Amino acid sequence: MKSQLVLFAAGAVLGSIVVLGAQQPPGGGQGRPGGQGPGGAGRQGGNPQATFPAQQRPLADPTLIARGSGLYGVHCRLCHGSDLRGGEAGGPNLLRSQLALNDQDGELIGPVIAQGRQTPGQPSMPAIPLPPEDQRAVAAYIHSVHATMRGQGSPPAGPAAELNILVGDAKAGEAYFKTNCSSCHSPTGDLQGIATRFPDPVQLQNAWVAGGGGRGRGAGSARRQATVIVTPQNGQKVEGRLDRIDDFMVILTTPEGMQRSFSRSGEVPIVQVRDPMERHRRMLADYTDNDIHNVTAYLVTLK
Amino acid sequence: MKIRRPFLTAALLVAPVLMAAQAPATPVPYQPGLDPAVIRKPLAESWPTYSGDYTSRRYSALKQVDRGTVKNLTLAWTARVNAGNPRGTGTAFPMIVGGEGTGEFNATGGSTVKGGILNVNDILYVTAPDNVWAMDARDGRVLWQYFWKTKGGTHIGNRGAAIWNNYLFVETPDNYLVSLDARTGKERWHVEIADFEQQYFSTMAPIVVDNHVLVGTGNDLDAPGFLQSYDPETGKRQWIWYSVPMNPGDPGLETWPNLDAARHGGGQVWVPGSFDPETRLYIFGTGNPTPGYTGAGRRGDNLFTGCLVAVNVDTGKMAWYFSTSPHDTHDWDSSQTPILIDGTINGKPRKLVSTAARNGYFFTLDRVTGAHVVTTKFGSYANGHKAIRPSGSPEFDLSKEATIPGALVSPVEGGVTNWQPPAFSPDTGLFYVHEQNGFNMLYLTDPDPRGSMGLGGKNRVPVGELDNFLTAIDYRTGKPTWKHKYPGAGSSAGMLVTAGSVLFTGDGSGNFVAFDATNGKILWHTRIGNISNAPQTYMVDGKQHVLVAVNDTLYAFRMY
Repeated sequence: MKSQLVLFAAGAVLGSIVVLGAQQPPGGGQGRPGGQGPGGAGRQGGNPQATFPAQQRPLADPTLIARGSGLYGVHCRLCHGSDLRGGEAGGPNLLRSQLALNDQDGELIGPVIAQGRQTPGQPSMPAIPLPPEDQRAVAAYIHSVHATMRGQGSPPAGPAAELNILVGDAKAGEAYFKTNCSSCHSPTGDLQGIATRFPDPVQLQNAWVAGGGGRGRGAGSARRQATVIVTPQNGQKVEGRLDRIDDFMVILTTPEGMQRSFSRSGEVPIVQVRDPMERHRRMLADYTDNDIHNVTAYLVTLK
Repeated sequence: MKIRRPFLTAALLVAPVLMAAQAPATPVPYQPGLDPAVIRKPLAESWPTYSGDYTSRRYSALKQVDRGTVKNLTLAWTARVNAGNPRGTGTAFPMIVGGEGTGEFNATGGSTVKGGILNVNDILYVTAPDNVWAMDARDGRVLWQYFWKTKGGTHIGNRGAAIWNNYLFVETPDNYLVSLDARTGKERWHVEIADFEQQYFSTMAPIVVDNHVLVGTGNDLDAPGFLQSYDPETGKRQWIWYSVPMNPGDPGLETWPNLDAARHGGGQVWVPGSFDPETRLYIFGTGNPTPGYTGAGRRGDNLFTGCLVAVNVDTGKMAWYFSTSPHDTHDWDSSQTPILIDGTINGKPRKLVSTAARNGYFFTLDRVTGAHVVTTKFGSYANGHKAIRPSGSPEFDLSKEATIPGALVSPVEGGVTNWQPPAFSPDTGLFYVHEQNGFNMLYLTDPDPRGSMGLGGKNRVPVGELDNFLTAIDYRTGKPTWKHKYPGAGSSAGMLVTAGSVLFTGDGSGNFVAFDATNGKILWHTRIGNISNAPQTYMVDGKQHVLVAVNDTLYAFRMY
């Protein structure tokens, strides 16, 4: 059961690559959950739609992997790390090791276990007297971890780290807010309860830096759309929500819900865009990271 | 289930062979082949290499299309390419199938043309991952298609083919250099150029120089980058140059904490460079160091990643390097194609090379010695660096690395510019490049002191962008002579400039636009969608053509 769970997680990870990695082809998304591989339950198949061999190859027998995991914990973990990414005793990262990635079934990893290894610039690895079947088990375990690596060379998902982004000074943030933000925003108006609407400080921070997160009407309301006034040569102004603009066209929707489009040629017609977010966006060039962290520390108090 | 899978595989293997046999006998197009020496000539009638010629200026001597006549450009033809193996449907042209894979890998979306298109003797050679098409430049008719059954690999794009006499060369996502007969599309040979198990993937357009075929590769998993040279006849490797130190005592090792970090340090060579026949130097940019976002385990300048590098094409030995992005921690590689410029600095004629890097800095160097001439910041809001060193290299700002509480960083991961090629006109003295000014919040999500791997360990969140420009930079000062601000979306499209003083590019709002190269005034446009490569130009039957790709569709415009 344990190995089933591990394999299911691997399938889920493969499935999520598409979303996470921009460089991953869509084909990588057809991950097969554990238990549905061509070998049926017991000996799981790899995913031929995965991008690279470490995820394509069928995994070894779960019992062999489980035995390899135990042996790894005893003989390898101290140097190579419990996550295979290198350990305190200086062993290299096995998830990006050329030898480990090229190994298919212990034929490269086995001799290194049995004979040890000298690599320039690294602590030498002692020989570990394991029989060939145990060497194969360790290799099978290493490959089972390779199979869970994520897109663009990212390592397998580890345990969720508790990362506290609230390092700012709320008082300094409040002072910054009063100086730079209060002409449009108010802690008792549009920003009231912003920390309740965004209980995760990371999302709160991203939202306000991007110019969103407020609520209500009038100045400082939620992210507002740009409007545009188009004045053709006949002088009959048309005003509405800006839908698209480039050097050759402007498209707007009038308050009555009608979409109008105008060709542009230089200054004709006259096009005046009013973007209420313009000033907010310009601030991207001015914030220091301390400003951002301080303001976030202040905003999380607005529950 | 167990029985059906191998059967299906066998059917896929057999089908293309049958189709090729059933295809009507197609006459081989007249084609005398390409003498590689032609690539040394100024770019005009044809387009015989990725950038048109070795200078990579993307400056055509053609003048039929100029500032006055460009408004008369008319659509000559359009053609849509269809990647993959057309199972059972048959084609009006020979379909040649190769590859080491089973045909099972589903490389969806592989028809996007993101590379240079060769034009040799009025035949176009178009590529997408796993696919090569030969087309008649007169009407876009497909003459043959080559399809490579892949083993997998990252199918992000293919930057084009190279030609040497009657041989074509193309890289595959699973790291083969494939050589085809340019007349028939039949495969001559394929050789493995990088290890698929190490998660290399190959996209670069090979560059032919005399009897060398230069190839680079890509990788996201902390593997060393390299440039290789192959024999165009035999496919035998001539040399390999690593962009990171691989052995004790190798130059540059002092810029890494240890050999293991260096050997996993990246620096992929995935965009074509330029070639200077006088010095025999191939000059190109190297990719970012790895792990990409967590620099703690690789403190130092991380040579020769993020560099402009000059390698002798005959020996594979590095002549000089210049660090354009020391110790990058933002995936801002320096792979962008550099441009060779015969210019004048302080009244003296100089042999120069200029490059606009993804990190937002512009450089002009002496291309013979690598000596520094100019550094400026062309990304108006780029904030990953805090100063320019006396050497001319930008000084990285450690406070703008990914942090747990978040760093506000410009540009975004894609950079101020990226692989899309810039252009240079000797008439205006201007270097044309798109300037994209986006912002990210960059969070460290894997604070492990060992560092993460690949491009992992971070979260990048787009939080907005400021003005985006088409920017024309004076190579002598590094300062913009003019800028065109896009009122809508910014663009990353590649550039073409001509002796008719017309600059062609895409605007990011779906328009293909002709600008006056001297001042940025708009001359002509057509809304065909966002272009996915760089525009090109050549002559067919005495008429100037302009060719551009929008995803899977080619548009050829001509003067009547």
